[in-house]
Amino acid sequence: MQTADQSGTRDGAVLTMRGISKEFPGVKALDGVDFRLHPGEIHALMGENGAGKSTLIKVLTGVYDVDRGEIELAGEPVSFTGPLQAQQAGISTVYQEVNLCQNLSVAENIHIGREPRRLGAIQWGELRRRSDELLRRLRLEIDVTAQLDSYSIAVQQLVAIARAIDISAKVLVLDEPTSSLDAGEVDQLFRLLRQLRDEGMAILFVSHFLDQVYEICDRMTILRNGRLVGEHLVAELSQRELVGKMMGRELALLEPMDEEHRRPLTELEARPAVVEASEVTRSGSVEPFSLTIHQGEVVGLAGLLGSGRTELARLLFGADKADGGRISFGGEQVALHGPRTAMDHGVAFSSENRRTEGLVADLSVRENIVLALQAARGWARPLNRRRQNELVQKWISALSIRPADPELPVRNLSGGNQQKVLLARWLITEPKLLILDEPTRGIDVGAKAEIQRLVAELSDGGMAVLFISAELEEVLRLSHKIAVLRDRKVVAQLANSDDVDADRLMAAIATGGAS
Amino acid sequence: MTTVHEPPTEPAEPAGPARAPGKAPGSPLRSRLVPRQRHVPVLATLALFLVMYGGGIANYEGFSDTQVLLNVFIDNAFLLVVAVGMTFVILTGGIDLSVGAAVALTTMIVAELLQKGWPPAVVLPLVLVLGVLFGTGMGAIIHVFDIEPFIATLAGMFLCRGLSYVIATESIPISDSFWTSVADQKLRFGGFHVSISVVVAAVVVLVAAYVLAYTRFGRSVYALGGNRQSALLMGLAVGRTRIGVYAISGFCSALGGVLLSFYMLSGYGQHAQGMELDAIAAVVIGGTVLTGGSGFVFGTVLGVLVLGLIQTLITFQGDLSSWWTKIFIGVLLFAFIVLQRAVGRRTS
Amino acid sequence: MNGGDGRFAAARQHALFWPAVVLVALLAVNTAFSHGFLSIELRDGHLYGSPVDILRASAPLALVAVGMTLVIATGGIDLSVGSVVAIAGALACLRISELGDQNGVAGVLLAVAVALVLAVVLGSWNGLLVARIGIQPIIATLILMVAGRGIAQLVTDGQVLTINSGPYETIGAGYWLALPVSVLIAAGVIGLTLAVLRRSALGMLLESVGGNAEASRLAGIRSRWLTFAVYAFSGLCAGIAGLMISANVASADGNQAGLLIELDAILAVVIGGTALIGGRFSVLGTVLGAVIIKTLDITVYTVGIPSDVKLLFKSLVVIVLCLAQSAAFRAWVTRRRHVGSGGSGARVATGDDEKAGALA
Repeated sequence: MQTADQSGTRDGAVLTMRGISKEFPGVKALDGVDFRLHPGEIHALMGENGAGKSTLIKVLTGVYDVDRGEIELAGEPVSFTGPLQAQQAGISTVYQEVNLCQNLSVAENIHIGREPRRLGAIQWGELRRRSDELLRRLRLEIDVTAQLDSYSIAVQQLVAIARAIDISAKVLVLDEPTSSLDAGEVDQLFRLLRQLRDEGMAILFVSHFLDQVYEICDRMTILRNGRLVGEHLVAELSQRELVGKMMGRELALLEPMDEEHRRPLTELEARPAVVEASEVTRSGSVEPFSLTIHQGEVVGLAGLLGSGRTELARLLFGADKADGGRISFGGEQVALHGPRTAMDHGVAFSSENRRTEGLVADLSVRENIVLALQAARGWARPLNRRRQNELVQKWISALSIRPADPELPVRNLSGGNQQKVLLARWLITEPKLLILDEPTRGIDVGAKAEIQRLVAELSDGGMAVLFISAELEEVLRLSHKIAVLRDRKVVAQLANSDDVDADRLMAAIATGGAS
Repeated sequence: MTTVHEPPTEPAEPAGPARAPGKAPGSPLRSRLVPRQRHVPVLATLALFLVMYGGGIANYEGFSDTQVLLNVFIDNAFLLVVAVGMTFVILTGGIDLSVGAAVALTTMIVAELLQKGWPPAVVLPLVLVLGVLFGTGMGAIIHVFDIEPFIATLAGMFLCRGLSYVIATESIPISDSFWTSVADQKLRFGGFHVSISVVVAAVVVLVAAYVLAYTRFGRSVYALGGNRQSALLMGLAVGRTRIGVYAISGFCSALGGVLLSFYMLSGYGQHAQGMELDAIAAVVIGGTVLTGGSGFVFGTVLGVLVLGLIQTLITFQGDLSSWWTKIFIGVLLFAFIVLQRAVGRRTS
Repeated sequence: MNGGDGRFAAARQHALFWPAVVLVALLAVNTAFSHGFLSIELRDGHLYGSPVDILRASAPLALVAVGMTLVIATGGIDLSVGSVVAIAGALACLRISELGDQNGVAGVLLAVAVALVLAVVLGSWNGLLVARIGIQPIIATLILMVAGRGIAQLVTDGQVLTINSGPYETIGAGYWLALPVSVLIAAGVIGLTLAVLRRSALGMLLESVGGNAEASRLAGIRSRWLTFAVYAFSGLCAGIAGLMISANVASADGNQAGLLIELDAILAVVIGGTALIGGRFSVLGTVLGAVIIKTLDITVYTVGIPSDVKLLFKSLVVIVLCLAQSAAFRAWVTRRRHVGSGGSGARVATGDDEKAGALA
């Protein structure tokens, strides 16, 4: 429920940030931002990529130092020299990438640095007991002695939160906590957050998922271009108004894709097939599946985390080798030895892990964009610099990649822009089949809409698209046909007609396709 | 959905983000006989060691005499101590190329000072302190100035060898009575004997294992090797840990140098040539991953045993010239590494 | 703001700046102690002088180091080059010693060819272990380092194999067009390498593999082939260097040839600005690094530093160079000089902050 509305400044806020400014070479990331957080509330920090949310949090936790401004915690001015200090003062942060150590056990991750000791020796039994107790509070019953990486990201995130809670905390900061969670896991997390809020914790919640923000948060602060736009109670602002303030303009984002533009499935299926997979399988990865994608068709893959969507896509691209079945491109059966073979037949694959499997951090934006094209041409036929610049500039403007300097190391770009660079890499190869695995993950609303529009345009132009997303709304908006996966098996293929909606899809996911 | 029960299935690949969620190796119902993922490499090493040992017994007379195995320890006690120090460094994802040179320098300093009449009671602690200081210095340069461990410790290696030659270019014999009596001392039990160095090495191993398993510092070593970024964000003392492991390696090199000086009863700048590679090989054979985060001191012990056993097998074979020895070692190393990979892959 | 090219050129210039300074400084020191140091004269149609000596000494090291550069660019390392150097020289000398006429060009050419082929095969072996089987480079090449030394000793039967062959000796000690043949060969090979790298996409593809091997594979780069190829190339370079070294002394020493050359090679690569972790690399930087290392050796001699201090001196120069190249060190020094100016930016070194960008 809502906290009592509090007016004025010094109002029992546990955390106050005033006039925060932070500059990087060439970029003013934060410009005089105010922020306050009260105990017993869940407060959302909203803004597009580049608005300054991440920087504000890093300033708060001492990863960066401020150029100007003050921070007060429980009325006392503070200035942290590093994450450890912030932690000790009572601010715990859980980041989007689970910042725990995969090679250690769950219990150890929760307690490391604060293990119970007697005469210098760690008391493992006590450690285990405390961890069990803590996780039970979170309604999580797992083997705390198991290595962390034997659990799903969702569970790892809950462990990260458990650690954060145990440490502290007056303030809990959650940076994009739900990116890797499915609906059930999000519910579980939110239940916990409400519990913590009712116990008096102040929670700062950063997320791109507007629905979730509206579901769980009490208050929100909106940033745009490093400046404070305003602080509002969630109840006071509609989603439309919120997006308007975030983007600085009106945008009809939440309208469903214009239905007229979507070609009927029957027309598409009459076109030549771009890819035909027949009983393709890989043991331990995906059960035998058959799938055909036609020119101009968008096929969406829907399913829970771990249902095999990415694995299926990787098989079509040759990123993993299939154990059985046949794959044909454009009518010609092909033995996929690796990504190169698929690329030679016009397939492109944008991985969901853009950092580990997509971009090469040390290379520049330009090099990352031309990489696949160059690889396909082979080492002996380099693209001359002028041509490279031409192509790169074209896509930088087409996708609004910021900053627009192609020679910047790609690691300096924000997550959303990095995703766009990855997309540009594949679009530049002019594929016949474009496989997109979670292309809008971690991207702000505006960029998301751009990418979705782009997919629709591409398919209108005749490109076949295989689209994977955890957001069912997105899949529904874009797909002509939806393949539902459950437990590594394609359990249903539905035409995306008018009577198919999120509920119907979820039912299909849950029950395995009985319509 | 209130409780998340993770049903027991095989764990996911440890490297990289978990694409498939993987599930826990089961709760209390899990069979005690199934080894944890992280123990597999050491167990593989143990198995292969036993195979080698069995092969030796089958082929050579007198191989089964326990003293043969004890002799491996006697002849490699100094390597074991150095390798333990190397284990700490490698667990954090670093490397220390200076250990061989530091060992040699220690023998030089010991021999030189003893020859000048310094009392052993001063010389011994002095070189150990110097070892710690040297290691700390390298660690500081690596951490504070962000220099790659390979290069920094390579420079350290040149520095130590250089200093050795400055002290003297020829070997200096050690005739101090305390030193020689320790060197000759045989600790007898049940018809077998070991040297004092073996006891020292055993103590070092036990202390190291304890530190790694039961102290905050030790656990930070693993965390650091697992994910440095996370360790930092979790508020661990990354700097202190990183510098600390090099200090430990420096200490172990110095102690190894002392033990070597007992063994050789001389100080010489050319001692321990290539010992750093032996130490690294021992650590890797023992199942510790070079990228850090996973491994055990007992694995290193096995690694040293394997290397020593190879040497013993060759001695028992008798007729191998020194170059065939090298080839043989190379082949065995290769076979070992490949098998270790194969075993690891099958169980993951 | 600079254009992209400008900024990159500036950066690379910066990386080579300090090594160049060190080289100039070393040459200056030498000249101070021996006034005629930099003089070159033409005698009997050959160029003589200390600079020529430096180049001659650098040639084999530069070759090995260039091969090492490409290996390191892919994130690997090659510890076996010393052994390959020894094996190449040993095999060539063995074959020549068995010839009826050691001065017969055909026979010598065949011996050289066989040695080089073996060197490539040995490099390919490393490539197989690393690229196909997936063994860590340091361990994979350690195996050949150990076994290879044994093979070299086997070939020479533990002795020093001497031969008397004019054509062979030319490779290491001969002159052509007034320049040392070894320098010409090295320049040729390195020049060819640079040409191929610049004119093809190889440079970028290698840097990509070194930066992120899996992402490169998924972008369609044949990572495995490239990795395999750089080890084979490293073997070839080591083989050529081995021939030069043995030809220079008209003999092959299975025990000593190439000993510790891998360390000097790696040093040359690092001095030249290539990071051991892989990614961006600089062949020219490596060549500069090799020249610096050999100039160091000569400096020790010219200045009259006693040989037992030589290694110590070398280590100090290496330390100074590495510190000078470390951005963190430079920042520390400048901060000390400008007391009171607080640096803005991350307290946590942004090198660590790879996960999120500096923006947003």
